[in-house]
Amino acid sequence: MKQIKWYACKNPKKNIFNPPSVLFHREASPSIRLLNSKTSPIPPPSSPLREVQFAMLGNGDCDDGNDDRCSLNTCGIAQPNSRPAAAASSLVGLPPPFFDQVLDNVLENVLCFLTSHRDRNAASLVCKSWFLAEAQTRLELFIGNCYAVSPARAIGRFRCIQSLVLKGKPRFADFNLIPLGWGARFSPWIAAMAPSYPSLQRICLKRMTVADADLVILATSFPSFRDLTLICCDGFTTAGLAAIAENCRQLRSLDLIENDVEDDDDDGVDWVSCFPPGKTCLESLVFDCVGCAVNLEALESLVARSPSLWRLRVNDYISVGRLFRLMARAPQLTHLGTGSFSSFDGEGDFRASLESAFMASKSLVCISGFRDLAPEYLPSIYPACANLISLNLSYALITTDQLKPVITRCHNLQTFWVLDSVLDEGLQMVAATCKNLRELRVFPLDATEDSEGSVSDVGLVAISEGCKKLQSILYFCQTMTNAAVVAMSNNCQDLVVFRLCIMGRHRPDHLTGEPMDEGFGAIVKNCKNLTRLAVSGLLTDKAFAYIGKYGKLVRTLSVAFAGNSDLGLRYVLEGCPKLQKLEIRDSPFGDTGLLSGIHHYYNMRFLWMSSCKVSVKGCKEVARRLPHMVVEVIRDRLEDDNSVAMEKLYMYRSLAGPRNDAPPFVKLL
Amino acid sequence: MSAETAKSSTESDVSGLDYEETELKLGLPGSSRIAGSELERKRGFSETVDLKLGGSGGCNLDYLTAESSDTRSSGAGKLPANKAQVVGWPPVRSFRKNALKSCTYVKVAVDGAPYLRKVDIEMYGGYQQLLNALKEMFSCFTIRNSPNNNERRLVDPLNGTEYVPTYEDKDGDWMLVGDVPWKMFVASCKRLRLMKSSEAVNLAPRAPQID
Repeated sequence: MKQIKWYACKNPKKNIFNPPSVLFHREASPSIRLLNSKTSPIPPPSSPLREVQFAMLGNGDCDDGNDDRCSLNTCGIAQPNSRPAAAASSLVGLPPPFFDQVLDNVLENVLCFLTSHRDRNAASLVCKSWFLAEAQTRLELFIGNCYAVSPARAIGRFRCIQSLVLKGKPRFADFNLIPLGWGARFSPWIAAMAPSYPSLQRICLKRMTVADADLVILATSFPSFRDLTLICCDGFTTAGLAAIAENCRQLRSLDLIENDVEDDDDDGVDWVSCFPPGKTCLESLVFDCVGCAVNLEALESLVARSPSLWRLRVNDYISVGRLFRLMARAPQLTHLGTGSFSSFDGEGDFRASLESAFMASKSLVCISGFRDLAPEYLPSIYPACANLISLNLSYALITTDQLKPVITRCHNLQTFWVLDSVLDEGLQMVAATCKNLRELRVFPLDATEDSEGSVSDVGLVAISEGCKKLQSILYFCQTMTNAAVVAMSNNCQDLVVFRLCIMGRHRPDHLTGEPMDEGFGAIVKNCKNLTRLAVSGLLTDKAFAYIGKYGKLVRTLSVAFAGNSDLGLRYVLEGCPKLQKLEIRDSPFGDTGLLSGIHHYYNMRFLWMSSCKVSVKGCKEVARRLPHMVVEVIRDRLEDDNSVAMEKLYMYRSLAGPRNDAPPFVKLL
Repeated sequence: MSAETAKSSTESDVSGLDYEETELKLGLPGSSRIAGSELERKRGFSETVDLKLGGSGGCNLDYLTAESSDTRSSGAGKLPANKAQVVGWPPVRSFRKNALKSCTYVKVAVDGAPYLRKVDIEMYGGYQQLLNALKEMFSCFTIRNSPNNNERRLVDPLNGTEYVPTYEDKDGDWMLVGDVPWKMFVASCKRLRLMKSSEAVNLAPRAPQID
């Protein structure tokens, strides 16, 4: 025994033992089959609290497509039944302390190989010593809903966190459906973490409200802090960025993605100048959402003294005249956000310089930006096209003809974001060239219901025929046909994410006049890996019957202006066991539908229903029957009327109970 | 069939009164970038019934544009004013919507200044309002009216340098601001530049061919 202990200590990182599958089956999550262990699993849950806990552990978080930067570990927050250590060891027949010592060492050394949240959560359920060992060794903490657990509780359990992913508001907040001040403040979290996680290195926040003061605390509390990613957050200004730049001496990445940075041009702080002089370890700097000018000389200097920089995405205050200079100072860049991609003030003609810069940047694989594209500059990127894996033209107003010379060179493209101004013909070109395409997003230039409609079923069919490896699609159009959607379901069987937004509400198949039920039905039926679905157009309950019947892996479902009756909601809630995120707006689902999901809500991250037929009474019933659901009623008008159909329902499981920071327009039932 | 009944009854609520309240919080046209109104609409959730308006530039969302296009005399409004707009539909993030509103948001550059500003020229009723806004924005200018004609210039009182407002139109030509009717200007202006008078002599002269 002593020898084994020594061996375990000496080679902590080597995989001395068989991979974790020896100890348990990953696929069997949440239940674990232990091949060799003599410890028995915790008995099945018997109380509502246990139900929540086990459910929260059993279901990991899902990736909504924007999180490729974020780790997918969830916060496992259950407390298993406490079992005295003696009980476990008596099964083995060895003296208690000896056995536990070895087991702890073994456990910790093995558990460090577990990065998957599901595995970690499952492992923590085995018994107390596994729970403790797992809690000691977890390095990445993922909390999919910041209100599901209190900071104190999370920090109390996981003592050595180095990386945190924290998500706040539900996605519909992006579309102005949640009033300002609703919550998801980062302040309580940073206040709790600052003293507790001295070795914190990475923070990724999504849809949180982050104050400048929070960023100051962050910048000054963690000496090893390296990576900050803020996605769709608000509440901070360039002053907060300055604090980060100035104080985080180990900063490797500062990635600001689609945040609402609240500066006026007048008050912007020169945060770029706040980076310390001398060589930096910056690897990634993304600030295309920062809405004010930056100090151009300081930026050039920063780029020049950051030899490890591989990603640089600038905002639209950077003209081509500045861009090529930045590129010249960072020829090693692999990811480039090009800023405005036009010249200012009659600065001059930089086409030659820009083209040279692109020719010299041989490592470029991902280009974005083009925020104010001057078409004459587009040919500059031709030299880089053949190597591109990812191209984002979704802010560039280009025609089919302008797209053609670009896209026909992009044989290796896997991710492509574009505006519908390229029309169906443009998409046909994509289909003809980009045989490796995995992700396509087609955004509307004119995001209104009455616009002309630039792309259609023709484009969708073309893509499906040309890009058979497609895994993820987001497609905005005015009308669609079932046939086109069915075609895609047959051609692109690898689809994991299918989001079709027919902008005209309740629009049927424009050829047959039928609802779009059959199209979406085919998608759930034929695309067996589908985990995320967004539906639109004229849809009856039948569409939801299909989803309930075939959508067995669906985790995220977005519904708008669809369905006939409560049946639709029932089909989904009863039929989709993996459903975790359900967001519904303007659909005729009422209390009966709502209550049909009682058996499943503890398994979900959240349910959002707005402008449906749900009443406060129904919500109260859910709250009564599920004590660990937090049921929020968000009102635009501060009235209290039980029977009237209410505005917005947002409910989520939580171990923290109703939150104490709710603003007056939020009622917690 | 039951398409109509499928429409939520609360739809009209969604695009109803609340947004007139929120409209007030934006501030009046011509003061789109005054810090006060920005603060006003972002603080104080207790009195707030407005929605997060998003975007860093004091933007208008589709539904507000629909409302305010009624109040402007401009016939160039793109949205049919009587169609009820729905909040958050289609589901395009404000960030993206703002970025693509390039037809009305134009960048304003001043020769010699290291930064750009952005204005929504649709918000102004005419040239005078636009110039007033520019004057406020760059804060160092005063407006001097040239005695000869309607030409307006901005003057930096510190050094007496005169700036002439110019704009780049859809064809890429740089024109003097004020030549064409206001609505035509709004429709064709892509970017503004306050050019030093000394450099402006080469611009397209006032000629009848501009109609």
